[in-house]
Formats: sequence, C-alpha cells, structure tokens
Amino acid sequence: MAKSALLKSSLAKKYWMALTGLFLCLFLTGHLLGNLQLLAGSSTEAALKFNKYALFMTTNPAVKLLSYLTYISIVFHAIDGLMLAFQNKAARPVAYAMNKPQVNSSFASRNMAVLGTVILIFIVTHMTNFWAKMHFSQMPLQKMTVEVQPGMKQDFYLTTDGGYVPVNDPTYVVKNKTEIYETNANVKVKEGFKDLHKITFDFFRDPQYGLVFTILYVLSMVVLAFHLLHGFQSAFQSMGVNNKFTPAIKMFGTGFAIIVPLLFAIIPLFIHFTK
Amino acid sequence: MASKKNINIKLKVWRQKKASDKGQMVDYSLNDVSTDSSFLEMMDQLNEQLVAEKKEPIAFDHDCREGICGMCSMYINGRAHGPDTGITTCQLHMRMFNDGDTIYVEPWRSKAFPVIKDLVVDRSSFDRIQQAGGFVSVNTSGNTIDANTIPVPKADADKAFEAAACIGCGACVATCKNGSAMLFVGAKVSQYALLPQGKVEATDRVLNMVRQMDEEGFGNCTNTGACEIECPKGISLENIARMNREYLKASLVK
Amino acid sequence: MKLDSKIPEGHISEKWTNHKNHLKLVAPNNRPKIDVIVVGTGLAGASAAASLGEMGYNVKAFCFQDSPRRAHSIAAQGGVNAAKNYQNDGDSVYRLFYDTIKGGDYRAREANVHRLAEVSGNIIDQCVAQGVPFAREYGGLLDNRSFGGTQVQRTFYAAGQTGQQLLLGAYSALSRQIGLGRVKMYNRHEMLDIVKVDGKARGIIARDLVTGEIQRHSAHAVIIASGGYGNVYFLSTNAMGSNVTAGWKIHKQGALFANPCYVQIHPTCIPVHGTNQSKLTLMSESLRNSGRIWVPKKKEDAEAIRAGKLKPTQIAEEDRDYYLERRYPAFGNLVPRDVASRAAKERCDAGYGIEANDTNEGVYLDFSSEIQSKGKQAAYAKGNHNPTDAEVTALGKQWLEEKYGNLFTMYQKITDENPYETPMKIYPAVHYTMGGVWVDYNLQSTIPGCFVAGEANFSDHGANRLGASALMQGLADGYFVLPYTVSNYLADEIRTGKIATDSPEFVEAEKRVQDQINFFLNNNGTKSVDYFHKKLGLIMWNKVGMGRNAQGLTEAIAEIDALRKEFYKDVFVPGSADEMNPELEKAIRVADFMELGQLMAMDALQREESCGGHFREEHQDAEGETLRDDENFSFVGAWEYQGEDINKEVLHKEELKYEFIKIAARNYK
Repeated sequence: MAKSALLKSSLAKKYWMALTGLFLCLFLTGHLLGNLQLLAGSSTEAALKFNKYALFMTTNPAVKLLSYLTYISIVFHAIDGLMLAFQNKAARPVAYAMNKPQVNSSFASRNMAVLGTVILIFIVTHMTNFWAKMHFSQMPLQKMTVEVQPGMKQDFYLTTDGGYVPVNDPTYVVKNKTEIYETNANVKVKEGFKDLHKITFDFFRDPQYGLVFTILYVLSMVVLAFHLLHGFQSAFQSMGVNNKFTPAIKMFGTGFAIIVPLLFAIIPLFIHFTK
Repeated sequence: MASKKNINIKLKVWRQKKASDKGQMVDYSLNDVSTDSSFLEMMDQLNEQLVAEKKEPIAFDHDCREGICGMCSMYINGRAHGPDTGITTCQLHMRMFNDGDTIYVEPWRSKAFPVIKDLVVDRSSFDRIQQAGGFVSVNTSGNTIDANTIPVPKADADKAFEAAACIGCGACVATCKNGSAMLFVGAKVSQYALLPQGKVEATDRVLNMVRQMDEEGFGNCTNTGACEIECPKGISLENIARMNREYLKASLVK
Repeated sequence: MKLDSKIPEGHISEKWTNHKNHLKLVAPNNRPKIDVIVVGTGLAGASAAASLGEMGYNVKAFCFQDSPRRAHSIAAQGGVNAAKNYQNDGDSVYRLFYDTIKGGDYRAREANVHRLAEVSGNIIDQCVAQGVPFAREYGGLLDNRSFGGTQVQRTFYAAGQTGQQLLLGAYSALSRQIGLGRVKMYNRHEMLDIVKVDGKARGIIARDLVTGEIQRHSAHAVIIASGGYGNVYFLSTNAMGSNVTAGWKIHKQGALFANPCYVQIHPTCIPVHGTNQSKLTLMSESLRNSGRIWVPKKKEDAEAIRAGKLKPTQIAEEDRDYYLERRYPAFGNLVPRDVASRAAKERCDAGYGIEANDTNEGVYLDFSSEIQSKGKQAAYAKGNHNPTDAEVTALGKQWLEEKYGNLFTMYQKITDENPYETPMKIYPAVHYTMGGVWVDYNLQSTIPGCFVAGEANFSDHGANRLGASALMQGLADGYFVLPYTVSNYLADEIRTGKIATDSPEFVEAEKRVQDQINFFLNNNGTKSVDYFHKKLGLIMWNKVGMGRNAQGLTEAIAEIDALRKEFYKDVFVPGSADEMNPELEKAIRVADFMELGQLMAMDALQREESCGGHFREEHQDAEGETLRDDENFSFVGAWEYQGEDINKEVLHKEELKYEFIKIAARNYK
C-alpha cells in the first residue's frame, strides 16, 4: 500500500509537485545565469562567449542529463498539476453564489493552475523559438566580418578551434548543421558555432514583431513571478517543512519570485531597446 | 450590550428540499433584528416569521451555540462562518452587519459534504476519517499505567492541545477552493503524532486516515492558507506540514 | 413500589470491589450474540458504547446530532476531578467522596459517590492513554487547578476546553469500535420511545431525522445516556437540541424519575441580552480562581452604571462589595455554585444589579487584582524585581490570556466588551440538572434492562453538583461502571437469542410514536413550538428557579398544566413526517418538557426544605442561608408516572442513610 501511497495519494501528488517545482527553480537559476550573458551586448566577443556557452550546454553529457530531468520535471509538473486542478474542481461541484476568497488567500495561491498553464504555453513557444531551432533546424553559424583589405570586407565563420573559415568560399561546405568540410576531399576540417546569440537578438529586434515578442516575454515573466510567489514557499510546506525557518523561507521565496523573473525580463528589454 | 439598536436586513438563502432536489437562492427580508443577537438568533427570528406565515422554516445545523460543538455551518456573505475570524456561525453577531445589508447564506459546498436539506450538509465523511485511524488503540479498562508515568514536554502537550482544539465543523473544507480536508486530518494526525501515546501507531494512522480522506472525495491541498484563516479555532497550517512529514515518513518505511 | 437501591454490603471502601467480584460475567464467545443499544454519545454514552463494543457485544449507538462528537459534553469548560493527589495537598479518595457528598448537600447516595471517587483516578489514566492533551507543567507532569467547593487542587483540565478534549477522547474510542464494526453508529437519529417485552427493556423506536423513517431496533439491554433537562427553562447553557425525551419516554413506560427539582443554576454566565436570545453562555467556573465577584456598595452607583453614566472601573475599591468574600471568608469566590448563584440573586433582588436589561440582573467578575498579582509574579520570575505598573499590567494580562484566552475571546465576541480592561458581567443561568431517572447502584432504572448513565440519571450529585464532577461522573459511568453491571444483567440473556421487532409490543410502541407525529403535523394551530417553549421557560425560571415558594410553585403547576393544554390545541408544526423537520423534532421534545416542568414544580413543592440548588424561601436562616430538614427530607424523591395527568404522579421515597459521613450543616464560611 505504501507504494500506491507514494504514487496515487493526494499527499504524494503534492510531494511530486513540490519536488519537481523546486527542481525547476534550480533550473531557472541556471538558465538565468547563462542568459544574463546576453546583457554583454552584441559585440562579436560577447556573441562568441554566449554561443560557446550554448554549445557547452547542448553537448556536455552532465548538462544533457540535467536537461532531460528538466523536461521530465516540466511534463510531470504540468500533468500532475492539471490532474490536481481537475480533481480539486470536482471536489466542489456546486459553486458558491457569493464567495470572497480574497479575504483569506492570495491571488497567486488561488490561481496556480491558470498561471501554470500560461507558463506552459510560454515554455512551448519559447522552446519552439529557441530550443527547437537550436536542436533541429539549420541554424546560422556565427560569423564575423573582417576588413581584409581597405574597403573590402569578408565574412568568416568562427570555429571551435579558434580559427576562421571564409564564408561563401567554394573550398568549404557546411554539412550536418555545424560541420565545415573541405569540399573536394570531403573531410571535416572545422566546426562552427550555432549563432543562438544572433537568433535571440534578431527575435527581439524583429522589425515587425520585436516589440510584441518583448512585451509577451515580459508578461510571461510577470506570470512566472506570481507562480513562484506562491509556489516556492508552498513546496516547502508540501514537503512538511514548517518550522522556525519558515519565515526565512518565505522571505527568500518572495525575493526569488521577484528577482529571477525580473532579471529574465530585463534581457529582452535590453535587447529590444538597445538596437 | 454595548450598543442597543435594531436593523433591517435582506437575506438570500439557499433552499433545497432534499438531497436529490435542485436548490436555489431565495430572497427574504427581516426587520427589527437586534444587533446584540447572534446570527443564529437572527435565523430563529426569520424562521419564526416563516412559521407565522405558515411557510416551511429554513433547516440549518446548530446545537451548542457557544462555538464548541462544531455543528453550525453557514457560508455567510462569501465566507465560512461569516465576516469575522476565530468564530463559528453561532458566535457571529449581528453587530457585524449594517442596516439595509443583503446577506448571502449558503451551505458548505463540497462533494464530500452533500446537502441534506437547505443549509444542512452531511459531514459523516469526517467521522469515517476518524474511524480509519483517529485513535489510540487502548482498551478502556482503566488499568492503564498511571497518568504521570510518561512525562510529556509542556511544549508538545500544548501543541497537541492546539491541534486537538479542532471542532470538526468543516469550515476548512468549505472555504478551501479545492474542498480539501487536510487541515482537519492534519490536526488529528498531529495531535497523536505529538504525544508519546500516539507515536506507536503513527505510521498506520496517517496512511489510513489519508487513504480514507482521499476516498471521500475531498480535494487536494494547494497551500493557499485559507483554511487556517477561516478556522474558528485557529488551527495552524503547521499541522498540515506535520501530516505531510508523517505521511512521507510512513510511506517510506511501510 | 419498594425502591431497592441494591447497595452492596460492607465497608464503603470495599463495596464496589466486592460487588464487582461477585457480578456475573458473559463469556467472550457469548457476547456477539447479545445486542445493546446506547442512546446518546456524550461522555457517558460514547464511553459506554466504546467499552461494550470493545468487550464484544453488538452495540448500536444513537445520537440526534450529525456526529457523536457533537454531544453537549463537549461544551464543558473547566475540568474533571480526580483524587490523584499529584499536587500533594492532602487529597484522597475519601476527601473527594466527602467533598462531593457535602457539595451535594447530603442528598446523594453514599455508596455511589464513593465509587465515583474510587474510579476517578482511572479516568485520568485512561484519558491520558487515549491521547487526551491535558494541561501540563514544565516538568511534563499533569497540571491541576482548584474548583468551587474544595480546598485542594484536584481538577485536571485542558485550557477551557476540557469537556471537548474528554469527549473527543471517548469519541476516538467509539470511532475505533465503529471502524472495527463492533459498534453501529446511527447519527441524526432520535429515540422516541422504549419497547418493553414482558416487563424488560427490549428495544427502542427511533426516527431517522433525515428521512423521517420510524425504525424499530431491538436489543437485550438499553442504555440511556441522553443528558440533562435544563432546556425545560428554554434559556439555559445546554445545547439547543439537548432534551429529556429519551428519559421522559422511559419514565412514561415505568422508570421512576428522581429529584426533578434539583437544578443547578450556574453562577457565571453571560447575562441575558434580549427577547430573541436563544441560549445562555457559560463562563467557566475556573474563572472564579482568578476573578473577584462584586457589585457596588451604594445603590446609586449601581443605578448610575445601569444608566450608563458610570463605568465599573470608576468605582473606588472601598465602594465595591465583594459579597462572596464578605459572606464566606473561608471559601470566598470559590463557594459552590448554588451558594454563589443565590448570593448574586440576593444582591440583584436588593437593587445592586449592574446589567442594563429588563431585570437588572448582573454582577461583576473582576480580574484586575489577579492581573496585578500575577503580573508582579511574572515580572519577578523574569528577574525584574522593580517592574513598572505598565509592565505588571501587561504581564498580568498575558498570564490571563494564557490561562483563559479562549474564554475571554468568547466573552468579547458575545458582548463586544474587553474583559481585560473592564470586568465581566455575569449572572446565574440554568446549567445542569442533578435530578434524573432513578437508578439503583447498578445504574439500572426501574425497568429491567434499561440502564441510565451520566446526567440523565439522578445518582451522584445530590442536590448540587460540584464543578468538574459531571465529566467525572459521565466517564465513570460509561467506562468503569456500566461494563460490569450491564454484563451482570446480560449474563441471564445469553439464551434469549435475537429479539424480533415484529412483536405486538414493537407495533404498539411504533404506533404511539406515529400517533404523536401525526397529531402534531395535522394540528390546526397558529403558534410556533418556540412560542410555547419560551412561555414554559418563563414560568419555570420565575417560579421554579433560584428561589422557590409554595405559592409560586402551586401557581406554576396550574400554569404549566394550562399551557400544556393550549400547546396541544394551538401549536403549528409545518412540513411533513418524511423529511428533515426540525420544527417537528422540537414539538416532540417540548411536549415532554411540558410534562416534566410540571413534575419539577410538584417535586419542589413537596420538598419543604432548602438544599443545594433547591432553595425554598420559606426555609432559610436569618442570614439567608439554606435550611435543610434532614429529619423529614433525607430521601430521594422518585416519581411514578400514572398517565396523562401529571398531578397524579406518585412519589416514592428512597431513604438516604449516611453511615460513613457525619451529616452536618453545609458551611462554607
């Protein structure tokens, strides 16, 4: 029975929500730290640094493992959360004609499912825009323009070994998204960087939709902030932690819920408004 | 006693003939209500008026009328036990309302608390949770050990008492947006978990009580904290956390 | 009818032990063949049902509330007495026994009370083992406080919610048995009659209060633990649903009803606020440990207070009359309840009452002295030997809050006044009924197989109950007496077999119930049940209340008789029989209250003495103290029903013999 207790019972669902939620908070922190590099601007060095970071994050086995955990957590958190929400809805088949929940609970705490659903939609679009492109589509490789002779500029791919390969030079051909081959010998000679930095900057500086994307992103972060505002400290309560540290946890949680989404939101604002 | 005055009010009250009927909100007006009256005395007055008009009075649960039996159970103006804290419906006084106010009166709404009639709901699900494990398995011979054999730290005893102060009214369920009974169950689990006498059966108790709670159709806790605020006895959320711990521990060892 | 109390032979301290040793037993394999019905799930009922279920009998338990946990035992605030002598202040079984007999003004049965004192310690052991969170000291051991009528600290408590905690303990034991299938619980069911077959109690007729269904339940023994009848006064500290119907119905079927006139008027309740008041709220007696009761010394001050021109805090110390301390220096504010209540009435009747209601009935219960003394103590305990007045006051209030916080909050919610700042207003109110169904030493009524426990019986409190003794008696009866004595009775029933519910006796009993319900629903009246109940209450309070006299009682008997006729002629009960119908429930209960009220007045009239809660104005000394007449009235007055006309009830007397206690005037000076 204990097995089913850990899987099916109401309390177990809470544990899983809490654990996955807290793990996703860790993910958010990591993700934020990486993204903050975008604030370094659009110089080639900054872009290179960021793209190197992106390469590391998509190839390092340990990070990969963590990212799989993150996907599972998101999926589990979402499914478990929606299941709970439906069950909870069913627990009150007839609604009150007059109800004043605002006097005894916070907006965030009452709307976790809605907030979470918005965040889920955000995650899906966010991943389509960046993650999917990064993984599945032909990404532009990072280039830099060098004035080889006065008045004559040429584009070069930056490569992982720190070298340069001229763009539009028939000697080289790009295969398998990032690999640079010697055309005649058909031998891989270098590897380029997927230019996530450019994708990101282009996205938020899109002449037509850049402002809309920026606003939507910022709004999503507001939603995330509310979700975290309740979710962070709630996870501790769910795991049975309610003691003398609780006020500190709540304070930290509030800080986390405000600062993390705020910093996330600053990035697109910076990108959009510094073009 | 401090202020003597009478007010006139309007009421919107849930009327439902029996469990299988579809109910509705019905309007009433009532004049000359003393602000020193309790809410239930106002309901008595309304019922007297209905009986005088040869109409059927409103059925509602009530008994001790001093806030301890846990029987009274009205959702008044959008809040369990009405617009005051730390009280049951019977302790709500009409001085909380103003002349001309419209007051909504509804039964507890929960799948696990089906309406029996008007404002009366069936809370036997709470009894069944208690029967699943809310006890210490000790026979009633009286030949137990002397009461002072096991000292209990005052702090633990006080906390156990605070948890045990639950009157089982169901306001937590009524007010919780999820119709969750975790404050009730958490309080009971906590009372026993805190006392040496209850520790022996702690594992089975929490597993059994939570299983029964889930079977009754209560919702899940999302830690909104509404229950703690509306609880007439101020039962703390700490008790839910303690139950969460106890349950986690229990499901890992068993 | 000769009343046989069946008190065992031997020395008082050995009676119960010897008796238990010789009671018949039922072997475990026979117990499941035997059915027992328990009506009521308060302390006595829940503990009896749990114990009998645990022993292996088939138990059916009934309560009219939506859960057994809601029985009115839950409202007891102060505590439960036990002769543990944990506080080392000279307590003993004998002293508890003695205090209880004396507190009851020498009108209780010695043997019963001694048994109660003997098992009192087991109650505490049992409850602690069940996880009842009693108050504890810092050393982890149980704390005690003192209560009225005693000079030792023997009262165990759980803040101001002792009754709740004890009831939840018994409820948990009961729940365990229900969960194990040994007790079948019938919530929202009300017993409306008893069924006798060949003179023995064989079952009950109950109404399902949700569906209105009339049900027959058979059993080999029936235990009535349905509480007291204080609601005969309409206004009392009882729960709204508390009623005498179970007790009265068995009275009508042959159980004698003893000492109905013994009613406890509790001294510390919140005064009446107006005509719509539905019940009175008790402020625990434990408050008298810390509060001092007073009224102004000068009538003009009292008048000014009532007119709202003066505040109690403006009355100088020397202008206050601490009348209990003045009249009873030895016990002071901790005199027994009846004494404190009468003293309050005496002051208010003399014109010193301070409540601005129709009757001016109210006195002060003042905590300012306690705030000062406890505040100073607390300051010293913290190492502050030179506290300022403000510090003392703050600490004192904190101390009070810790001790009585919930009571103070309750008071404030009801009255809108802050008792930390201004004294509480209190006045006596009907609280407990010492009278009840007559039972013998085995708690069996005059109907064989019908046992009565807790407040519903008359047995242990004489003419006045001491504080914290009701909880003791309820649990003693249920846990430690009935399991033995009921088994003794059932030992002869092991061959009886299942009792059929289609016998003529069941049919007839069901018809009685059905007829009554049909009558009410078809009565073409114009007035509500409460209209009559309030009228009855007024008669009872004014003429069968704290002060009684022959003229008033004679009038009351006639008035109630007339009111009862009017009730049957003019009561209007809406709704139908086959649904939840609270008005119908009330009508059935009030019908019984009407008859009982009349009997109470008759009992009070025949008892030409003052004793305990029964104060006959004709029998008082020069200082207004009660004058007992031991020569003529040292008996239990048990009434036998003789049909519809209550005036025809016959009084039987059970002589009270005091072999182990020397009867004396009850003196708390």
